[in-house]
Amino acid sequence: MDLAPIVLLPLLGAVLPPLILRSGRNACALVTGAVTALSLAVLLVRAPAVFRGEVLRESVVWLPPAGLEASFFLDGFGFFFAFLILAIGLLIITYARFYLSREDPMGRFFSFLLLFQGAMLGIVLSDNVILLVIFWELTSLSSFLLIGYWRHLAEAREGARMALVVTGAGGLALLAGLLLLAGEAGSFALTEILARGETVRASPLYLPILVLVLLGAFTKSAQFPFHFWLPHAMAAPTPVSAYLHSATMVKAGLFLMGRLWPVLAGTEAWFLIVSGVGLLTMLIAAWIAIFKDDLKALLAFSTVSHLGLVTMLLGLGTGSAALVAVFHILNHASFKAALFMTAGIVDHEVHTRDARRLGGLVRLMPITGSLAVLAALAMAGIPPLNGFLSKELVLEETLSVRYLGSETLFPLLVVAASAFSVAYSFRYAVHVFMGPVRSDYPHRPHDPSPGMWLPVAVLALPIVAIGLFPEAVAGPLVHRAAAALTAGAAPDTPLKLWHGLSPALVASAVALVVGLVLLAAFTPLVALRARLWRPEAKVMFEAAVAAVAALARMVSEAIHNDRLQRTLAWALVAVLVVGLAIGGGAFAAGGRERLAIAGMGVVVWAAGVGCALAVLRFHHDRLLALILTSVVGLAVSLTFVWFSAPDLALTQLSVEIVTTVLLLLALNYLPRESPRESSAARRGRDLALALASGVGVAVLLYAILTTDFALPTISAYHLAESKPGGGGTNVVNVILVDFRGYDTLGEIIVLGIAALAIFAVLDSTFRGAAAERLRQWRARARAADRHPMVLVVASRAMLPLALAVGVYIFLRGHNQPGGGFIAGLVVGVALIVQYMASGWAWARARTRIDYHALVGLGVFVAVATGVGSWVFDRPFLTSTYGYLHLPVVGAVELASAALFDVGVFLTVVGVVMLVLANLARVSARIEPQQGPIEPMDSVPRPEPQAPMGAAVHAAARAAPEA
Amino acid sequence: MEALVASGVGVLTAVGVYLCLRGRTFPVVLGLSFLSYAVNVFLFASGRLIVGRPPIIDPAAPGYTDPLPQALVLTAIVISFGMTALVVVLALRAFLEAGSDHVDGREPKGREPR
Repeated sequence: MDLAPIVLLPLLGAVLPPLILRSGRNACALVTGAVTALSLAVLLVRAPAVFRGEVLRESVVWLPPAGLEASFFLDGFGFFFAFLILAIGLLIITYARFYLSREDPMGRFFSFLLLFQGAMLGIVLSDNVILLVIFWELTSLSSFLLIGYWRHLAEAREGARMALVVTGAGGLALLAGLLLLAGEAGSFALTEILARGETVRASPLYLPILVLVLLGAFTKSAQFPFHFWLPHAMAAPTPVSAYLHSATMVKAGLFLMGRLWPVLAGTEAWFLIVSGVGLLTMLIAAWIAIFKDDLKALLAFSTVSHLGLVTMLLGLGTGSAALVAVFHILNHASFKAALFMTAGIVDHEVHTRDARRLGGLVRLMPITGSLAVLAALAMAGIPPLNGFLSKELVLEETLSVRYLGSETLFPLLVVAASAFSVAYSFRYAVHVFMGPVRSDYPHRPHDPSPGMWLPVAVLALPIVAIGLFPEAVAGPLVHRAAAALTAGAAPDTPLKLWHGLSPALVASAVALVVGLVLLAAFTPLVALRARLWRPEAKVMFEAAVAAVAALARMVSEAIHNDRLQRTLAWALVAVLVVGLAIGGGAFAAGGRERLAIAGMGVVVWAAGVGCALAVLRFHHDRLLALILTSVVGLAVSLTFVWFSAPDLALTQLSVEIVTTVLLLLALNYLPRESPRESSAARRGRDLALALASGVGVAVLLYAILTTDFALPTISAYHLAESKPGGGGTNVVNVILVDFRGYDTLGEIIVLGIAALAIFAVLDSTFRGAAAERLRQWRARARAADRHPMVLVVASRAMLPLALAVGVYIFLRGHNQPGGGFIAGLVVGVALIVQYMASGWAWARARTRIDYHALVGLGVFVAVATGVGSWVFDRPFLTSTYGYLHLPVVGAVELASAALFDVGVFLTVVGVVMLVLANLARVSARIEPQQGPIEPMDSVPRPEPQAPMGAAVHAAARAAPEA
Repeated sequence: MEALVASGVGVLTAVGVYLCLRGRTFPVVLGLSFLSYAVNVFLFASGRLIVGRPPIIDPAAPGYTDPLPQALVLTAIVISFGMTALVVVLALRAFLEAGSDHVDGREPKGREPR
């Protein structure tokens, strides 16, 4: 049955509120509510099956080897949580509509809220543990966004950051723990992991798994010592506090402990850690809550305390305690959400939430006051409200618990925590709502619009109804959830209000009395607490974060300062270390038959290696280094020729020419020499790195070359299919334009983009500091000979010939070495020679092609060829071919791939020309115009007529000449 | 021949690495060219070295070398040109803007801008 919509509806719906906001705030809230309601409806449709005890699953397999699949499952426990999330979500959305002021961006708020809702539903419905972690982190992120919603407040930003750091770090621990768990259980599916508890508990990795998973759960659910983030998260708008940080998100940790309860619970370690931490949290937070004057802080600490309570129950490891845990989660969600909303109303109407400035509000805002007092009484555990029931059950579960050999420790602390809980609950009710009406409220209080108190009233219903008729109202839900949580170990004794005169009732009465006494002695108690030492969590947290940040800065500045040389050296060291770690000594020579060393090979090798080493020696002289480099390029071309790669040789040769021209042009503007500035130590370090890299590559390559292929290569297919399938005998070209046409298409697009980027970089050179330097450069002008006659005449005579060669190479490309790439480079060289021989202005004036358009046209032709296959109902870039019989010439092959190659050809010509012509143009725009710029074979004219050159020359004349 | 090719590629790599670690942009551009040579020959050679059997279909041919690395390297050569062009133009522009062709965009301490 479909479960994904329950999660996806809110996630996808998150885009709606900002879009709808233009239609008004009501529409915005309505859409958010509608999305939530729809998701709730989808959930409720599944309710009958869940209550019959079925486990619904839905799975979309994605990457099975990595354990990645989008799979969801819904059982009683998941249903319980999903229901709480969506039902309380609806109330919160209503409340938030009236809580947010006109200045608050409501679209953003509801968008984040839906995002959170979807993520939270994802946690409780995920079957795959990795998916669960993803949703887990997503709730941390959306919580971060919501806490920081009022981004203009420093405390909101700080609180958001703290929550993200703590819960995010816990999420990482959880990921590690769940990966270990999945490894031990042999499955990433929760439904399968749950059935393998025995295996996991017997595993030596059980303790690490437990600790890591609990780190995740404790940080999320604000358990001691990670409890400190939750009170700071109260900087969020109150609907967020009520929803995320009380009713739902902070219970994700509880959910996780409950979900994994059948796998992890029942051991001594589980009992000691979970119940111990839970009890400690419950006690400490309840004590602190008594003294918080800020209502939201009081409620925050009380939330922490109640989370500790549930954690403790889960830690006991018995089915009955787990049942009580589920029951209390339900009760707590109802009264705590209600309490937060009343705190928000007080803040909204009285403009303060400081308990010391409040009192007597029940008379001024009777509806809110009554509801708040009712919820506070439920929290204190006063009969006949729902809080009383779960508290009785808690005491019943814990009064006989032995902890660390002591029979009294555990019960005593639980009763103490209950007493504190009574104290802070009554403080909330009495100090805020009871007592005399004051005359100094910051703002005259009155009840808010029904939109704000109605959600509270709706929550008051279960508070009372569950208290009076527990089994009828909550029984099925709680029992079904507890049965799913414990895999059937929970008892199905009905919930009831009156348990008789039990020890738990006595303990409860004691707690009530002690709590009230504590509250009566509030003033001396505050004085006492002021004298006790209290750790400041926020200060400690920020010091820790600052220390970590300082360490990170130190490390990264040591490795990655803004010096390229050092950064690059470290990167190389890393590569070498990884290479050694992976390869180590494994790169041994294999047994493949060696080729005999040929004399010509040695000559080429000596030329290449000799020139390369000479570059090492003479690289300060840049022109010399460039010439030597191009010799190395020629040696590489010869290597390709020798080893049966004519296409590569042709390509390398033509690229070599184009690159050399390019670098020569660039060198025109750059310094001719590199200064000798590296210290001996640095040169030594660099030589060592270079040597290590070179040796590593050589050893690796030798190992490869002397080893036969481990598996048959796929080339056999290409060789066999080249002629029958691709219609060409040059397999390399057929691969490029046919088998791997997609790659080639991507590549020419990249080339085109690079050319455009180069154009953009150069085109803005004539402004600002760069222009000023170019002018100075011109001031140091050099000799201005006219373009020499020999080259001019020769190049022009050569042009048609060179173009013909280009066309020839293109046409033969499909069957013989050649093709679009090489032809494009050859034609580019032919054109560039004209620029070199006769000057930029002359050549440009005679060129009627826009090189940008040429690049675009090339890509267009290639794409259009691909699209052409669609006309014949074939996939993109399917090739076809046929023969055209011409008189005299004979059969001419026409392959659609050839058209694709035309696109490649046009792009390459365009790219080469765009790059080189623009680099040359920089020269032309700033070249000193002292001498005539025309080549010798044209009659010098007083004013150049070249349309594009005219402005340039005028500008050049206007500037002062040296 | 295997040893010659392997050692040749090793030398090209070493020179490329050394030049890339220099402090001025032009040697770095040359270094990238050297690394391109090395990488291209390396990739090409991964199809193993075979003499006199180009991948041109011919009924008389005794056999063929592996065409796939060649196709890969052919595009790699052209792309290296695009990369070299972009890098050198960036280097040029940086020099014109900053008055220094140092890779950090500014002269080291104690040196005047050129």
